[in-house]
Amino acid sequence: MKIIETDVVVVGAGPAGSTTARFAAKGGADVVMIEKRQEIGSPVRCAEGISKPLLDKIDLKLDQKDIARQVKGAKIISPSGHVLTISEKQAGNEVGIVLDRVFFDKHLAKLAADEGAEILLKTSAVGLLKDDGRIAGVRAIGPSGEFEIRAKCVVGADGFESQIGRWGGIDTTLSPDDITSCFQYRLTNIDIDPDYCEFTIGSMAPGGYVWIFPKNEDTANVGLGIQLKQLKKPGEIKAALDRFISKDKRLAKGKPLDMVAGAVSICAPIEKTVIDNLLLVGDSARQIDPITGGGISNGCIAGRIAGETLAHAAETGDFSGRGLQTYEQGWRDVLENKQYRNWMAKEKLVKLSDDVLDKIIQALIEVGVEGLSALAILQAVAKKYPELVEEFKDFL
Amino acid sequence: MIHMKNVFQRISIDQEICMHCGACVGTCPKNALFLHDLTVAADENCNGCLLCVRVCPIGAIEKVPGGKRR
Repeated sequence: MKIIETDVVVVGAGPAGSTTARFAAKGGADVVMIEKRQEIGSPVRCAEGISKPLLDKIDLKLDQKDIARQVKGAKIISPSGHVLTISEKQAGNEVGIVLDRVFFDKHLAKLAADEGAEILLKTSAVGLLKDDGRIAGVRAIGPSGEFEIRAKCVVGADGFESQIGRWGGIDTTLSPDDITSCFQYRLTNIDIDPDYCEFTIGSMAPGGYVWIFPKNEDTANVGLGIQLKQLKKPGEIKAALDRFISKDKRLAKGKPLDMVAGAVSICAPIEKTVIDNLLLVGDSARQIDPITGGGISNGCIAGRIAGETLAHAAETGDFSGRGLQTYEQGWRDVLENKQYRNWMAKEKLVKLSDDVLDKIIQALIEVGVEGLSALAILQAVAKKYPELVEEFKDFL
Repeated sequence: MIHMKNVFQRISIDQEICMHCGACVGTCPKNALFLHDLTVAADENCNGCLLCVRVCPIGAIEKVPGGKRR
């Protein structure tokens, strides 16, 4: 059987995996990144919105092709149709870019390749290799059959459906409260405001929201997510999205260019993402914002820290859980508080009735809002209508 | 076209509807579902909780009549 030897094997070439591979290789580690699909970035499983501040945090200059659309702000729409418009300035650049993931993901993988990382496509990890109980790489299947990638560290960047963590003994199981199931069309021939990302909240998408992220003048990613706990019937997600589209005059005549299904975690930070010779990053580490369901930024930011940690480990030869603590601590320092707070806010948000959501949005339209974060929004409401956000007292 | 109906007695995955998105795989509390390049399959660890049936965004998974939770 063929055997490849390396310092680090990264399983999954999404944004988190590629960013990990890039910074690990940049720091001198030998890196092999495997991707089960035949093409990086496709099929897209994402609504493709990111905020601009991410780019500096991972030293990334987007190519023109990476960007489908730059927007001017966001609109949050209440159940009965009140529209809160948040300009880019107010949102502190929090909204900004609708990506073209087909190009964006390849760009990130190219940056990893430029640093010397190897890339293997159509190659799946099917199990962990162990030497005397110690994790020693992955068993993989590629176009020429089964082989071994012997590595000092396995990076699970294998997405929502992650197996790496579970195989290694990290519990990434999610409660039905902490999963959102999603369906999206890329719709063309629609009559939208192409300069704003739209979020509609309320009982049409309990525990989630409907998004419209413009790709160009008359095309947008239109999708809907619902908390798993609230789902009863099979296929409910797609049916709810179809219903929403048929009722919205701007969308009803739209034609689909693609369909995307998927799920995201909306959980509190998990207890550990590192064990001896293995770490998790991105969706597999459940590093997702529980309010927005966004994962690209967090995955890339954590990926950089993981990569830098792995480069250091390659120098010292210490890939033990203790040696990898720099990553565990590092990503928590920058992401954990916000993820935890937004998870608490989500737990409360899902309980609000349409009536209360309407009142909150109306209050916000009246008082204005300084930022797009859940905290900023709730603080704005609390100033004038503390009774509306009574539930969130601890959070504030 | 691949048909994998009744691969397992508690659930059945309609491969013609399935989009291989992995929603069921990441949701399964028993890690009994796997996503390979173009198939999703269930194994004997399935306990019949049917969370996969609910989470599937397009309704590609159904309960097999008579399948029991264990």
